[in-house]
Amino acid sequence: MKVGVITFPGTLDDRDALRAASVAGTTAISLWHDQADLKGVDAVILPGGFSYGDYLRCGAISRFAPVMTKVIDAANGGMPLLGICNGFQVLCEAHLLPGALTRNKDLHFLCRDQKLVIENNATAWTTDYTKDQEIVIPLKNGEGSFQCDDKTLAQLEGEGRIVARYVGENPNGSRNLIAGITNERGNIVGLMPHPEHAIETLTGPSTDGLGFFTSVLKAMVK
Amino acid sequence: MAIIVVEVMLKPEILDPQGVAVGAALPRLGFTFAKSVRQGKRFEIEIEGTPTAAQMADIEKAAATLLANPVIETYVVTVQA
Repeated sequence: MKVGVITFPGTLDDRDALRAASVAGTTAISLWHDQADLKGVDAVILPGGFSYGDYLRCGAISRFAPVMTKVIDAANGGMPLLGICNGFQVLCEAHLLPGALTRNKDLHFLCRDQKLVIENNATAWTTDYTKDQEIVIPLKNGEGSFQCDDKTLAQLEGEGRIVARYVGENPNGSRNLIAGITNERGNIVGLMPHPEHAIETLTGPSTDGLGFFTSVLKAMVK
Repeated sequence: MAIIVVEVMLKPEILDPQGVAVGAALPRLGFTFAKSVRQGKRFEIEIEGTPTAAQMADIEKAAATLLANPVIETYVVTVQA
């Protein structure tokens, strides 16, 4: 089972995402933004970072990268797709997920270990969690405030499409404490915090993030 | 030559923390007139001659897909001679 991780100019967390995918037991493949080729992967991760320097809006230019046309087609066909941090911003800009990520309410770049609750464990990326399981993984971003209109928010809530919510104080002003959402089909997930930084206790606060990568392995085997 | 100007602003209901921070800095300089401040972006697109209807339609498309994100932003297109 092959998981592709896309590197854009300015991507930071592709190495950790590749490592997380391999530790979880998948074959991790590096994909390049400028090549419209998914190299036969079964799932794709859009990692964190500052693609294209966050110019214009975070994720706004990456959305039009050559590789993204293939990613969008494959994801619309059901391929599991995870966007972490900047990757989540790209998914929103590509309209694969609703809403947008805006500047943190207090303007600070946050970097800390964050408690989350996994509310939807039925997506391609979350079946290895139990419903309402609390996890601790790093949160590090400057533009992580999830915003959408009231109708979209009601729809996300009503359809159980909030994948993860912040526990405790709202770190960035996200509506309804939203840390991650999914599409109707459950194959596309966007998440602001970083599961790929929490797969080994040597370098992370926990191993709580590994479940995202083991879940997708199961989803692909199915 | 003409310059097509696209001005992009966050929708009123979207919190603009940068504008709020600028608004909070003004009184520190002794400027107490501002009730609120909102920060936006301005794009100047230079073209040869005067824009045709087709070019204006393209600019509109570019504004809606790339220059602004209609989920959180609004935009206004104007032409400077």
